Amino acid sequence: MSMFEYAPAPESRDVVDIKPSYGLFIGGEFTDGSGPSFKTVNPATEETLAEVATASSDDVDRAVQAARKAFDAWSGLPGSERAKYLFRIARIIQERARELAVLESLDNGKPIRESRDVDVPLVAAHFFYYAGWADKLSHAGFGPDPRPLGVAGQVIPWNFPLLMLAWKIAPALACGNTVVLKPAETTPLTALLIAEICQQAELPPGVVNIVTGAGETGAAVVAHPDVNKVAFTGSTDVGRLIARTVAGSGKKLTLELGGKAANIVFEDAALDQAVEGIVNGIFFNQGHVCCAGSRLLVQESIQEELLAALKRRLATLRLGDPLDKNTDIGAINSAEQLAKIRQLSEAGESEGAERWSPACELPGRGYWFPPTLFTGVAQSHRIAREEIFGPVLSILTFRTPAEAVEKANNTPYGLSAGIWTEKGSRILWMADKLRAGVVWANTFNRFDPASPFGGYKESGYGREGGLRGLEAYLDV
Amino acid sequence: MTTSLADVASSGATLRAFLHGLPGVDRVGADQRAAMLGTRSIKTTAKAQAIDLAISMVDLTTLEGADTPGKVRALCAKARHPGEGAPRVAAVCVYPDLVHVAAGALAGSGVKVASVATAFPSGRSSLEVKVSETKLAVAAGADEIDMVIDRGAFLAGDHLKVYEEIAAVKAACGDAHLKVILETGELATYDNVRRASWLAMLAGGDFIKTSTGKVSPAATLPVTLIMLEAVRDFRDATGRQVGVKPAGGIRTTKDAIKNLVLVNETAGDDWLSPDWFRLGASSLLNDLLMQRQKLATGRYAGPDYFTLD
Repeated sequence: MSMFEYAPAPESRDVVDIKPSYGLFIGGEFTDGSGPSFKTVNPATEETLAEVATASSDDVDRAVQAARKAFDAWSGLPGSERAKYLFRIARIIQERARELAVLESLDNGKPIRESRDVDVPLVAAHFFYYAGWADKLSHAGFGPDPRPLGVAGQVIPWNFPLLMLAWKIAPALACGNTVVLKPAETTPLTALLIAEICQQAELPPGVVNIVTGAGETGAAVVAHPDVNKVAFTGSTDVGRLIARTVAGSGKKLTLELGGKAANIVFEDAALDQAVEGIVNGIFFNQGHVCCAGSRLLVQESIQEELLAALKRRLATLRLGDPLDKNTDIGAINSAEQLAKIRQLSEAGESEGAERWSPACELPGRGYWFPPTLFTGVAQSHRIAREEIFGPVLSILTFRTPAEAVEKANNTPYGLSAGIWTEKGSRILWMADKLRAGVVWANTFNRFDPASPFGGYKESGYGREGGLRGLEAYLDV
Repeated sequence: MTTSLADVASSGATLRAFLHGLPGVDRVGADQRAAMLGTRSIKTTAKAQAIDLAISMVDLTTLEGADTPGKVRALCAKARHPGEGAPRVAAVCVYPDLVHVAAGALAGSGVKVASVATAFPSGRSSLEVKVSETKLAVAAGADEIDMVIDRGAFLAGDHLKVYEEIAAVKAACGDAHLKVILETGELATYDNVRRASWLAMLAGGDFIKTSTGKVSPAATLPVTLIMLEAVRDFRDATGRQVGVKPAGGIRTTKDAIKNLVLVNETAGDDWLSPDWFRLGASSLLNDLLMQRQKLATGRYAGPDYFTLD
C-alpha cells in the first residue's frame, strides 16, 4: 500500500437532472421521434441513463424543414445580432459548466477532470471565438459580403460530444447558417442539454435542430436534398460513405476522420516533459482521440531510458470512476469500442509486438481497458497502421530525422504529429516535412478555437477552427 | 554511470559538460504538469493523513534580524507540542548565533536544530567565513546546516567554484546534515534549477532546498517538481537518496498538500517522510493545525485558538 492513498473524491451527480426519456429538438421544441427509442448507458457502470428517441427519415425531414424555415431570418440578421445569441450561449455554457461536465462524464465515461478542465472550457471558448467573427465576416478575406450556405447537416462522434458540437454549431451559426445536428448514439445527452441552453438563450426556433439516432439517422441527414452543407467527424469508413453520398449533389463537405499520429521524440528532448506529452498524447480521453499520438517514434539512442521513464509514469495513472476528481483514465465508451481495442491489441501480440500494462485493477462492471504499451512494433504491424482509438501506444524507433519523417508520413492518415526536441531549427525542418494537419512541438493535444484543425490524406479535408473554419460555412 | 559521475568534477570543463548534458526542462510542460497535479482533490481520510504528515515535515523557521532568545524559545516550545494530538515538527531553523538557544530548548525532544549558514541569505562572503560559520553552528548544536550556494558563481558559469564550496561546507558539517539552498528565484530558468540540483547532489548535499525565503519567487510548484525529478534520477544513477525542501511562500494547508501530491506522484513513497522531504515555513503550521481541528470537529476555531509564537 502506498504511503499516501487519495480518498475517493467524487463530483456530485446531483447537479444534473437526467430525464427518463428524451425526444428530438426540432423547431425550438422537444418532440417525439417516430423511430424506436434507444437506451444510452453510463459506460463506467452499464447503468441505463435515459431512453432517447430515434429520428426517422421523416423526422429528419421535419428538422431540415425547420432549419430551412429559420434560415432566411437568421441569415438576414446583422452579424452583430447573431453574435449576441452566440455570446449568450457561451455564457450559459460557462454558468452551467459543472452540469455539462458531469453529464458529459456520465454519458461518455471520460474523467471529470478532463470534461471540467478541458472539454467544457473549450466549448465555451469556441462559442466566444466564433461569436466574435459574426459581425466581421466582411473582413475575413472572403469578399465584401460572404453569404452563408443554408442548412448544414452535421454528424458528430462520441469521443468529444460537446466539443465536436461546438466545433460544428458555432461557426455555422456565426456565418448565418442553420443546422441539423446528429450526436452519436452512445452520447446524445449533452447535445440535448445544449438544446435546452438554446431555448434558454432564446435562440430563434429552427436555427439549431438536434436529431438523435444511429447510423441511419445520420445517413438521412447527410442525404437530405435540402441540406446545403455536410460536416462530419468520425471514422474514415463512414467518411468515405458520406463522400460517396454527397458526390455530385452540390453540397459542400468537410470531413474530419481518423488518424494514426506519430509522436516523435529526439534524443535531445526535454525528457520529463516528453513523457508527459506521450501520456497526454495517447491516454487523454482513454485514447479516444482522432489526433491521438498513438505511434511513439523514439530515437533509438534513448529508447531504454525513455521506456523506463514512461513505464514509471504509467504506474501512477489512476484508472476508475470517471466522476472521481482524481481519475486520470475513465471508461471505454462502449462495449463495441472495447471489443475493437481488445481485438487490435491481440493482433499486436500475435504479430510479435510485446505488450505491457502497469499493475492496474479494472472495475468489475462497465467497459474498461488498462493503459497499454507495445514495444518492438514494426511499421508493418496492424497496431502501427490501424487506428485503435483506445489507450494503446505502439512504440517504434528511428535513427535519423529523415527516417523519423519517413516513418511518420508512412500512413494513410495525416491528422496530427508531435515533435519533441530542444532544437528549434529541427522543429521547423520537421514541421515543414510532416504531412499532418496539426504539428505540435514540445506539447500534444493542445487545442484553441483560433487554431485551424483538420487532416491530410485519409484524415479528411476542410479545416475547423480559426479563420479557416469560416470558409467551410460560407459560399466562397 | 557511477564511475563517470565520480570524475565529473575533475575540472570546470567536465562539470560544465555534464551539467549541460542533462536533459532540458520545457517550461510550458513543467508548468502544466505541476498545475495538473495541483488539481488533485485530497479529502477526508487522505486529508487527515496529509495534514499530519505535513506537520511532521515542517522546518519551523525564524530568520529575522530581530530574532531573540525569547522568540526562539517560544518557537521551540511550539515545535515540540504544536497542538493537541498533532505530531511534532521536523526541525526548528534559526540563524547560527541562536543555535545554542534552540539546542537547549529542544534537547531530548527529537526535533532537530537546523541553522542557516554560509553568509545567508546572499552567500556573498569568502569560503573561510562560510566554513567557519558552519563549524560554529555545528559546534553550538546544529543537527542540520542550510547553506546557500554562490548564485553569482553559478550564473557566471563557474560551476566548479559552487561545487567546491558545497564540498568544503559538507566537510565542515561533520555528522550534521547538509541542505543546499539553490535560491531558485535567482537562478531564473528551470534548466538552471535542474543543473544546480545535480551540482548540489554531486558535491555531497543531503538535501536540496529551493529558497532562502528572502527572494521572490520562492518555492513554486514547478520548481519543486523539477527538484523531485532530480533526486529521483540521481538515486537511479548513483543509489544515493537526497531529500528535497521547498521553502518560502508555502502558507496554507492547500499549498502543503499540493507539495505532498508532487512528492507522491514524482519521487514516490520513499520520499514521503520527514527524513526526505521538508517544508520550510513559519505561518504554515497554524493553518495546518486549524485545518486539522476542522477535520476532527467539523468546525473552524477562530485564529485566536492557535498560538502566535
